[in-house]
Amino acid sequence: MSTLVNQRGEKVKTRDAYGEVLPRIGEKDEDVVVLTADLAGSTRTKYFAEEFPERFFNVGITEANMMGMAAGLAMEGKKPFVSTFAIFATGKPWEQIRQTIAYQSAPVRIVATHAGLTVGEDGASHQILEDISLMRVLPNMKVIVPADSVQTKAVIERVGKDLSGPVYVRLARAGFPVVYEDCDFEIGKAEVLKQGSDLTIFATGLMVANSLDAAEELESQGVSAEVVNVSTIKPLDVDTVLGSVKKTGRALTVEEHNVIGGLGSAISEAVSERHPVPLKRIGVEDRFGESGSAYELIDHFGLTADRIAEEGESLLDGEL
Amino acid sequence: MDTNTLKKKANKLRADVLQAVTNANSGHPGGALGMADVWSVLHYKYLNDRPDQPRWEDRDRFILSNGHTCPLLYAVLADKGYFDREELDHLRELGALLQGHPSTAKGTPGVEFSSGSLGHGLSFSAGVALAGKLDGQKYKTYCSVSDAECQEGQTWEAAGVASHKKLGNLCAIVDYNDSQIDGKVSDIQDVAPIRDKWESFGWSVIEIDGHDYDQIDGALRQFNRSDDPDGIPTVIISHNVIGKGVSFMEDDYKWHHGALTPEQLEQALSELGVS
Ligand SMILES: Cc1ncc(C[n+]2csc(CCOP(=O)(O)OP(=O)(O)O)c2C)c(N)n1
Ligand SMILES: [Mg+2]
Repeated sequence: MSTLVNQRGEKVKTRDAYGEVLPRIGEKDEDVVVLTADLAGSTRTKYFAEEFPERFFNVGITEANMMGMAAGLAMEGKKPFVSTFAIFATGKPWEQIRQTIAYQSAPVRIVATHAGLTVGEDGASHQILEDISLMRVLPNMKVIVPADSVQTKAVIERVGKDLSGPVYVRLARAGFPVVYEDCDFEIGKAEVLKQGSDLTIFATGLMVANSLDAAEELESQGVSAEVVNVSTIKPLDVDTVLGSVKKTGRALTVEEHNVIGGLGSAISEAVSERHPVPLKRIGVEDRFGESGSAYELIDHFGLTADRIAEEGESLLDGEL
Repeated sequence: MDTNTLKKKANKLRADVLQAVTNANSGHPGGALGMADVWSVLHYKYLNDRPDQPRWEDRDRFILSNGHTCPLLYAVLADKGYFDREELDHLRELGALLQGHPSTAKGTPGVEFSSGSLGHGLSFSAGVALAGKLDGQKYKTYCSVSDAECQEGQTWEAAGVASHKKLGNLCAIVDYNDSQIDGKVSDIQDVAPIRDKWESFGWSVIEIDGHDYDQIDGALRQFNRSDDPDGIPTVIISHNVIGKGVSFMEDDYKWHHGALTPEQLEQALSELGVS
């Protein structure tokens, strides 16, 4: 059973958690190999490199090649972790991932950092808002978005064990508020973090913290919101999702991603086919990002707790 | 412009880069400083453009593939009057004209291409050069490429196609500074022998010391002399020093990105003779 923190402390980077736990996995399992494309420092894989230089490969800026190599390593029994920025981990080498990793069901762990708007000042070229969509559409691919650094550790420990196929893990550049005290993670399980009866907020990644805050705001206005952390977007935990909307009758989805193709789409697909209820997707409205500081952008693109709470109220008022 | 003036221009550009990056508290100064001498000669002596008419049809095209070095491009464009110099003070801010990587989305005058993801620019440049040929236009297309971009497969796909399609109006300029994010290019994933590689892909190769003004001028003159529409493309492999002009930045790959402290900025500006 997971437990949540009582009080929010400092923000912690999910990539720092990854960098910390990866060498511990490598220590226990000699098959673990790590690849990066000139981003050892930024992805924090340099800590693995320092301890296990013979199992670390910096292949230069050759992302398409890197994915093909990872597939080869995986098919020969290695456990490759592949890390670069999310745009270069999914966008640039998408077809290599499709043909050599997903199609062959090669158990490659694509752990990407710097996803979403919170990349900040580097701007739109680096702020991928389409990666969940790109990975979700691939057969055999699993898609995981940890909510914070504590969940990141649990996720990385789990995917370091045996897998039947590939997995995509989405991490970020900026620090996230820590929501978990302890995290019990299982692939394919969504977690109800707060019970409620009037509407369900389905959130992923950084938006879990903001949704918990939004639920508190709503509570003070007499609205009871349930908050579900959908950390595995694929395979989607349809039972938990449907169980919740059957109870509340309304759904909000919140993600630091394009509203097309990501969490909002996944929930909409499940809900509209099996138990249609009024639903609103919050995310980036089919546009590119831009330069700015991480949390300034979260505000600018309407992904704050206040905005989530507002949309929750509109949903209750039937103003869609 | 004479060499002395061009050298002064280069140092002024360096100073603008450092000031803007320090002010933004993030960005990529190292590569930019290394390229400043070549760019000074190219942009002030050879590039045929009209700052008051950024989309003038006959302008030479300058395409920045290694987009992270854009503070240098912004400094050139501001100095030429493409936009107000004050924009440099808002680099990387929310809503800024000068985005963290060059963006046509914001309509930044003088920015020909949205870059930031490495390896795309030479293909785009080949398209631009091909369009010029198809329309019988005289403009030249220049493409700035970093050495680390020579690791990307797409750069070599473009190189092969550009020579096969005889894009004699295309000139790539490689920032050969032996630096990338995680270390020296020669340690991470070498691109040598770089001259042989470009030659075997069918390019006319000119190798220069990117801080020697005679060599820079000679290379650009040679490309500009060749007016054969069916010639082969030219690459200038420019041996540059990352962080050039500032003692504590020179030849240190760690200056790929990062802002200076106010004290470092002061020292840098005084070393550059700009204050
Ligand atoms: C396709 C792609 N992969 C990775 C990155 C991240 N990145 C930005 S600059 C850079 C390498 C820097 O080397 P170089 O281009 O030679 O620039 P220099 O440091 O010499 O200015 C990397 C890996 C990127 N922008 N694009
Ligand atoms: Mg370089």
